[in-house]
Amino acid sequence: MAPHAELETQINRWREYVQRREAISPTDVDELEDHLREQIADRQASGLDDEEAFLVAIKRLGNLDAISHEYAREHSDRLWKQLVLVPEAPDGARKRRWRELAVVLALAVGAGLAVKAGSAWMGDGEVLMRNLGLLVFPFLAAYFGWKRRFTGAVAATLLVPFAVLATVLNVYPFTPGSSTGMLAALHAPALLWLLTGVAYAGGRWRSDVRRMDFVRFTGELAIYYTLLALGGAVLIALTLATVQVVGTDFEPVLEEWILPFAVPGALVVAVWLVEAKQNVVENIAPVLTRVFTPLTTAMLLVLLAVLASAGGFADIDRHVLILMDAILVLVLCLLLYSISARDPLAPPGLFDALQLVLVVAALAVNAAMLTAMLARIAEFGYSPNKVAALGLNVLLLVHLIRAAWLAVGFLRGRRPFGGVERWQTRYLPAYGAWAAVVVVVFPLVFGFL
Amino acid sequence: MRIDKDLVAASATPLVLGILSDGDLYGYAILKRVSELSGGGIQWTDGMLYPLLHRLERLGYVSSLWGTSEAGRRRKHYTITAAGRDALAERQEQWSVVANALRQVWQSAQRPPAAVEGWA
Repeated sequence: MAPHAELETQINRWREYVQRREAISPTDVDELEDHLREQIADRQASGLDDEEAFLVAIKRLGNLDAISHEYAREHSDRLWKQLVLVPEAPDGARKRRWRELAVVLALAVGAGLAVKAGSAWMGDGEVLMRNLGLLVFPFLAAYFGWKRRFTGAVAATLLVPFAVLATVLNVYPFTPGSSTGMLAALHAPALLWLLTGVAYAGGRWRSDVRRMDFVRFTGELAIYYTLLALGGAVLIALTLATVQVVGTDFEPVLEEWILPFAVPGALVVAVWLVEAKQNVVENIAPVLTRVFTPLTTAMLLVLLAVLASAGGFADIDRHVLILMDAILVLVLCLLLYSISARDPLAPPGLFDALQLVLVVAALAVNAAMLTAMLARIAEFGYSPNKVAALGLNVLLLVHLIRAAWLAVGFLRGRRPFGGVERWQTRYLPAYGAWAAVVVVVFPLVFGFL
Repeated sequence: MRIDKDLVAASATPLVLGILSDGDLYGYAILKRVSELSGGGIQWTDGMLYPLLHRLERLGYVSSLWGTSEAGRRRKHYTITAAGRDALAERQEQWSVVANALRQVWQSAQRPPAAVEGWA
């Protein structure tokens, strides 16, 4: 291609330039390049030389800022990487980054102090367990409030449910060791997490796109938090080993000071990391979901086989039931996260079929558990634990059935992937509503036992 | 003659869907067809076509498939779906109402003022 070498260089330079736009993906650039080359070929046929043809083609393609803006509007999932469309002056950006780091560290220390003060004040028992989420949540909300510049209305949407929850958890006269108190402690974090979602969305929590962003955020937060926890654990283990050689007992310091600060502090730092370094995890996320979807499916199938061979679903132990509920919730998280990490425009493929298998396996486990629970309730009567587990199971069942139905439609090319996504995001508040019922209504109905 | 920007934007979706209902095409060919059909009157900013195609795809009106061009380059072809045909039929009805109303307005505008006097 020696005669057109100059043209090729120009096209390559143009490609590199376009690729720097976050909103335009590499395949989109391929599509645009094909267009550009067609246009150039037509101009050449009408008698223009290489350079003239290139210039005309570029001109006809239009202003790149405007096009990139248009791509960003259509693919808002790509846009969230850069939150601002117009890049800021590098100097202002650097100053803002330092300020952000200072805010994050202050909030992390604040969260640690709150937990430490809480444990000093309430002891290490059930009261602290019920309040743990309440102690950390304000600092996460404060970060998003600072970052997204909350309006008064958004702050109120967060404050009112928070105040109600705090009141309920601390004013209700829970009997010590009661299951309603335990259930409240377990369900309160779920509620607080959905409130965090409202904070994350900057109050625009009704938007499906923002909800999906929050799901993605949650998954990436889990990854970052795990990484931080692993690193922290290694450091602590090494320190512990070294200090023990010297002959000092390090454990009280660890339990009294390091863990109460590190565990909540790391959460705040992880939230910031997800916000600041999205691109890093975003590339691992699809890989992780592809690895764990088949593995989880295999696990569910093994579980089913074990439970079935253990002699009928009706007399499964209570602890196994609780464990299985936890597994199903995890499966659902994986499902949600892989849906959020998927390119909505990609055609149905093998992985979508695998996902459907996962959903169907989860459905089978869910159905087995429902029979077991109904059998237990028929035999032993109602208890707060059983009703809470049953409610969660029914919620999961509805979610999974509809998800499976939509996935089949998508695989057969009957409906776009958007429908699958929308169902997930629209259904999320149902979990919040159920958690609220468990926290607020259950203690009243079951007499705080 | 240059067509007003808003009018171009409003007519883009039915034009693209209508062109695709004649058969699968790729981006550049769609633009050429638009230019032919309007006698060069409708000039789109080329780059804007693709976000529009992607939006139609997300809505399920078109589906896409990567193939190769005669020159061996990767090329994305677009096909109209059943939902897209429904949407096109609906747009068509809307546009014919608008066009019909406009035609009557043009006719009455050309009439001599005497015909309007009766209303005064």
